[in-house]
Amino acid sequence: MSGFPYLSFLVFFPLAAGVLVALLPRSAERSARLWATVAAGFELVVSLPLWWRVIPGAPGFQFEEQVDWLPALGASYHLGVDGVSALLALLTTIVTLLAMLGAWNQVEQRSREFFALVLALEAGMLGTFFSLDLLVFYVFWEAMLIPMYLLIGVWGGQRRVYAAVKFFLYTMAGSVLMLVAILSLYHVQRQYSGVASFDLSAFYSLPLKPQEQLWYFLAFAFAFAIKVPMWPVHTWLPDAHVEAPTAGSVILAAVLLKMGAYGFIRFAMPMFPNALLACAPWLAWIAVVGIVYGAVVAMVQPDLKKLVAYSSVSHMGFCMLGLMAMNPQGFAGSMMTMLSHGVSTGALFLLVGVIYERRHTRAIADFGGLWTVVPVFSSVFLVVTLSSIGLPGTNGFVGEFLVLLGAFRAHVPWAVVAATGVILSACYMLWMFQRVVFGPVTHEETRGLVDLGLRERLVFAPILLLIFWMGVAPQPFLDRMQPALDRSLELTRTRARQAAVVAAEPSALRAAAMPDSAGVPR
Amino acid sequence: MNVVPQPQFLPVDWWALGAVIALTAGAIVLLLLEFVPPRPRGNRGAIVGLLTLAAAGWAVWQVRDSKRALFEGMFVHDGLTVFFTLLFCAIGAVSVLMSWDYAKRTRIGQPEYYALLLTSVLGMVVMAASNDLITIFLGLELMSLSLYVMVGFRRHQLESNEAALKYFLLGAFASGFLLYGIALLYGATGSTNLQRIGEFLGDSPIARNPLVLVGGLLVLTGFLFKVAAVPFHMWTPDAYQGAPTSVTGFMAAGAKAAGFAALLRILLRALPSLSDEWQPLLAVVAMVTMTVGNVTALLQNNLKRMLAYSSIAHAGYLLVALVAGGPDGSAAAVFYLAAYSAMNLGAFALLTLLGRGSDEPVLVSDLAGLGFRQPVVGFAFTLFMISLGGIPPTAGFIGKVLVFGAAVKAGFVWPLVVVGVLNSVISVYYYLRVTVALYMRAPEGEPVPVSWNAPALVALGITVVATLWWGLQSQALWLAARQSVLGLL
Repeated sequence: MSGFPYLSFLVFFPLAAGVLVALLPRSAERSARLWATVAAGFELVVSLPLWWRVIPGAPGFQFEEQVDWLPALGASYHLGVDGVSALLALLTTIVTLLAMLGAWNQVEQRSREFFALVLALEAGMLGTFFSLDLLVFYVFWEAMLIPMYLLIGVWGGQRRVYAAVKFFLYTMAGSVLMLVAILSLYHVQRQYSGVASFDLSAFYSLPLKPQEQLWYFLAFAFAFAIKVPMWPVHTWLPDAHVEAPTAGSVILAAVLLKMGAYGFIRFAMPMFPNALLACAPWLAWIAVVGIVYGAVVAMVQPDLKKLVAYSSVSHMGFCMLGLMAMNPQGFAGSMMTMLSHGVSTGALFLLVGVIYERRHTRAIADFGGLWTVVPVFSSVFLVVTLSSIGLPGTNGFVGEFLVLLGAFRAHVPWAVVAATGVILSACYMLWMFQRVVFGPVTHEETRGLVDLGLRERLVFAPILLLIFWMGVAPQPFLDRMQPALDRSLELTRTRARQAAVVAAEPSALRAAAMPDSAGVPR
Repeated sequence: MNVVPQPQFLPVDWWALGAVIALTAGAIVLLLLEFVPPRPRGNRGAIVGLLTLAAAGWAVWQVRDSKRALFEGMFVHDGLTVFFTLLFCAIGAVSVLMSWDYAKRTRIGQPEYYALLLTSVLGMVVMAASNDLITIFLGLELMSLSLYVMVGFRRHQLESNEAALKYFLLGAFASGFLLYGIALLYGATGSTNLQRIGEFLGDSPIARNPLVLVGGLLVLTGFLFKVAAVPFHMWTPDAYQGAPTSVTGFMAAGAKAAGFAALLRILLRALPSLSDEWQPLLAVVAMVTMTVGNVTALLQNNLKRMLAYSSIAHAGYLLVALVAGGPDGSAAAVFYLAAYSAMNLGAFALLTLLGRGSDEPVLVSDLAGLGFRQPVVGFAFTLFMISLGGIPPTAGFIGKVLVFGAAVKAGFVWPLVVVGVLNSVISVYYYLRVTVALYMRAPEGEPVPVSWNAPALVALGITVVATLWWGLQSQALWLAARQSVLGLL
């Protein structure tokens, strides 16, 4: 498979399939979902080798591809994976397929366009995870907004236009400042090395003085923090989640939010280590606030989707806390939380979609006593709820435990406050579960509910499998991510030390590195 | 004994003048053809127009690599001339294609329409090729006078008359400013030749003389008016809205590009030694222009008016590139002008397609539900809007990367570039409104008819491909833009 552009195929196959699905004749409206699902299934199968062919311990990136894109600017189409991006890419392909199957009956009108956009979105997400060139990364990062925007805005709920535009503007507002930072870094890099390049490796080896890093870091961190989303720039998330169609919510929660954290691991932290060290306590406290805040707000939500949306804010707070702890446990926990949040929250949105499809309401008060009517649904719901709480034996536990461990090692108060988030999550999830599933049947319409059909069972079976697999035997996952995370952490620490040296001896190092352009003012 | 001066022919390189000659000949042929009565719904004017533009483009393409100065340096044939002549011919050709059916539908299809279009392109070419304030002024007037008439071409419509009159009056003022500025610069430096002005100011204590400063300021004012920069933008919305849609597209792309081409030459050739004076000035104008254009565009419901304010905002982005200066900044401006022409012409080509007869849809809400009913219109409109908003993978995005990259390199990060990128976020809001109408609103009442016709489809195809291609593969255009500004600096 050496000569075959494997990653490019993974990125562009869904795009091509999406274009073909969009071009299907109008009479094939019903079969669009079939073809799109077949394409997504094929994509998943093709992406599976990422699990065993990406060698965890190998240095650097694998399956690398590099082609000139804009040689005059030094931008190249450079893709590659390591343990972190491989796992996230697998999550993407799995979740996209499940989201499509879950949305099977929910898109009555314009299904060609709907499924085409989901496929285009998949291409954008994979491209973002694989890019090793900052300009290409930015192109995927922003181009991906368009399909998501249309999915929310066209197929969403009542306030869909508001939510879609808000989603777009929030993300864009964050990322344009990152673009300025990228351009500025690019010029610093060009002066330093004499070679124009947007390549990640060039930025990894660019020494920056600690005081220079701060603005760059803030610009990057702002863009990623909006995407995560961290409190207090999370407000687009509940709107987008609630208004999006089921498939949109699932992909948004499971994959799009991970891009923010991924951006920290891949870009913001190793590139600006000193600024990160300076800001980490602040960011950690913001993450802790997000954990508690998300949990408390989730508790009072009357709407199921909104509750899950706020629980996302809380969970992603754990993710960020783990990163800011700056130790292997925190990193691994953060990554584990990302994966398990992708699975569990994706599943929660799918479950909400299932009952919404049958009852056309998402209000918690409209349900009750589901256990007797739809036992299979309720059991799945129970497992997913428990995994979201982080019950030992399910996937949620591993990540949260490692994050708390890492936070405890770094700074005890973080862990103490964050731990209340675990308790709070049990409160809001179990309380919600009790009101929806237990007790007597409170609404007559509930009696007519049909339990999960074969297609839906097929959707939830792999999810339950993943929940228990990641909960009981997380080691294969940890093995795959740990070397890449360690490398990111190591790079961050090394560069932080280097920068301290540069700061102490600013002229010597720089002048030696660029004898011809030493006089150029910056 | 008195020496009687013998008449001497100037050594003229006819190839370098090929485009100018072709355009002049085409315009004259079109007018002369009037003696032969045309068929009622014939395409004679459009065909002659296209052939002329093709001939002009071909002529300049033949000598694309040579450099000449003609008429004692008043007219130069260099990279910038070649690039812009080709760009103007392309803009003209796309405008002819989108006028083909539209002009017939709205009954403005007299041969004079195409003749004026050609003379206006001629004026633009002269502007871009001039190395002398006098010839720049000649080109500017030729372009502007033709445009004044074209804006008022729907002469039975009050709106169109008003637009033409406003454009003409304010344009006349601007010409006055420009001419006065030229006179002052001439008085101070003793030359109207850009290069000689530059050399004179370069090593002379007179550079800080009020005469020079006021003259330069007035010249700048004249051009800022032409490219619709704040605070000289007041004519733009009315002129854009009142003009026939095809003319709006043509002037939005062409007049802006011509204005910037001439401005580029003046700033970099004649006034480089004054850059300390005009850089901060233009930086402020750029920030105000972007902000006013974008914020006002937020409030518009009329599509043409919205695009008018958006064109003001884009003038602001282009000014950012001029402020950045140097090879990177100028090349970025040139690149951005090409990208902007493609996406803006495309948007206006779409507008000419909509509606039947002369009752055009003008409000954003008229587009409701169009995206799914007419997938091609929806796709193209969305593409142009995201490109204008500077979102990848489109030409508009690469243009913004280059413009802001040049400004960052020149050290204008704060506040110029930050204001610029935040403005692009503001702009996305109103560009998104169009897609919201296209895809997310149910149509109310009678749906807008789409008058499909082959020439406009070709125009649409060209602009769509250019917008996408320059977004995905911009290397060639960027190198061409770099090449074009090399001789200039």
